[in-house]
Amino acid sequence: MEIQRIGQLTGVYAISASCQFGTQLSGKPARHLYLTRVSLSDFRNYRNCSFTLDEGSAVLTGRNGSGKTNILEAISMLSPGRGLRGASFSDLACLKGAGGWTVSAHLSLNGDHVTVGTGQKPDVARAGQSSRVVRIDGEQASSSGILGDYLQVLWLIPAMDGLFTGAASERRRFLDRMVSTFDSAHRTRSNQFERAMRQRNKLLEMGERSERMFEAIEAQMAEIGTAVAAARIEALERLMHYSGTPVANGHNGFPHAVLALEGVLEQALQERPAVDVEDDYSHILASGRDRDRGAKRTLSGPHRCDLIVRHGPKDMPAALCSTGEQKALLIGLVLAHAKAVKDARGGLAPLLLLDEIAAHLDDLRREALFEEIETLGAQAWFTGTDREAFAPLRSRAQFFDIDDGTVTPMEGKDLPGPLPMRVG
Amino acid sequence: MSRKAAGPEIEELIALLGRMPGLGPRSARRAALHLIKKREQLMRPLAAAMAEAAEKIVACAECGNLDTISPCTICQDARRDASLICVVEEIGDLWALERAGVISGHYHVLGGTLSPLDGIGPDDLTIGKLVERARQPGVTEVLLAFNATIEGQSTAHYISAELENAGITISRLAHGVPVGGELDYLDEGTLAAAIKSRRPL
Repeated sequence: MEIQRIGQLTGVYAISASCQFGTQLSGKPARHLYLTRVSLSDFRNYRNCSFTLDEGSAVLTGRNGSGKTNILEAISMLSPGRGLRGASFSDLACLKGAGGWTVSAHLSLNGDHVTVGTGQKPDVARAGQSSRVVRIDGEQASSSGILGDYLQVLWLIPAMDGLFTGAASERRRFLDRMVSTFDSAHRTRSNQFERAMRQRNKLLEMGERSERMFEAIEAQMAEIGTAVAAARIEALERLMHYSGTPVANGHNGFPHAVLALEGVLEQALQERPAVDVEDDYSHILASGRDRDRGAKRTLSGPHRCDLIVRHGPKDMPAALCSTGEQKALLIGLVLAHAKAVKDARGGLAPLLLLDEIAAHLDDLRREALFEEIETLGAQAWFTGTDREAFAPLRSRAQFFDIDDGTVTPMEGKDLPGPLPMRVG
Repeated sequence: MSRKAAGPEIEELIALLGRMPGLGPRSARRAALHLIKKREQLMRPLAAAMAEAAEKIVACAECGNLDTISPCTICQDARRDASLICVVEEIGDLWALERAGVISGHYHVLGGTLSPLDGIGPDDLTIGKLVERARQPGVTEVLLAFNATIEGQSTAHYISAELENAGITISRLAHGVPVGGELDYLDEGTLAAAIKSRRPL
């Protein structure tokens, strides 16, 4: 594995993540994880909807507002967390329903069949509670974290298009979601750090003078914060380790990204053992109290970390690339993540939810994406308004027509592609 | 307008029972009906027991435990080891430890944990009294038996700093594999804590 320093960002921890785009397709790779049936009830604009599919990828097409993304969101609820829109559980219920909602799926996992389901009961939803029920094969699970043991779901949605130019907090969330797919405790640790920091911020706000109070909370922040930063570094190492060597120019495919973490702890951890970094961070917090009092919040720590992304072949910051290049870079990053997850899980490729992805890509890149997913052996879920954009997948994927809360499988003449000719 | 099924006395009883932890309106109604049906065997003795408890129960001036006497039965028990003080967040924790019968020493109930977000500082807890007790001759160990939460651990850190110069041992509960636990089912955090606090056999 290669760890490099990039540019003037002295001490910035950098690794390069890239995707190899093999074009040799030697038969259909076996998929080990795929959904065979999806059922929704009272979820968003779906009252009652159920459809079956085989191991191939799925293409959902339909008009704007027909509910394509809602299907992807429903599938994303089968992973820990709050799904691809980050919505409150109580907002997911169909407006015409009783207030609750459920999503369940049959999945084929290394040849075994598992039923996973999640949802919120109407009374719980009406009370605005933030909990949901998770069932695996009919048995209630103690937390949604267990879903990660069965299936990993990665997604790319239009809202992520501004990732490189937007706020650091968005990139940090993106990064932390990636980290969670490798380290299931990362989410809990991040929440604990957040809680401890809010306690400290409260002290700052109150103008608390007791050094001992600060020390007590800062000790927790240092311990957990260092663990959070270390998990991020490990995840980035995995991304690079599992994503192969950079493609020289990324002609048809997607350019490789050079990733770095810019953050006080992430930076220190590459030079010193974690125990020392923990001490260092305690000192940073202690000596920064006066400054932080002025700001009424904690100014340094893992909550300020940023994911620095550079366009590998062009060696320039991602934010300065063209919109199209940024999209390609993002797709490359998600594919690299999918490969890293696949290898971390013994060859089990994650489900990929790709919302409105074809629209921004030219024919060559679109074809490269389809081939890349085929090679990965992942069941991908595409949405789009233009069925023809998915013509190359005609014989490789299952097409569904989405219309106002109904899902209809398409076949024969309805399918895109050169044969048979379609009118209109 | 909703019709009432019973007179104000019964409604009042149901409303009060419904404010008990773990009882909703439905179970409060069931409990009220049960009490009324068993008026002599249950309701009157319960009312008497509650009246007496309300009258007599006080917080122990020494450790903060609840009892009808102060100092409490535990503090007065001469067979207990006076060198050990076990500090807990709440009385419920004291009861849990007593049920297990694992603490040979005395207790100290803190009344909560430090949490600036909830407006709870050192002066809102019985930390001052604890420091005073810990400095009494004969005390050699203070065991901080707190929850493994951010607030519990911050409070432990704070108290251990307060007692730094008291010349006594400050210990905390072990974190790790529960009795009867299987490694396969433990989360990574618990496993890491167990490895960190491993002991030679």
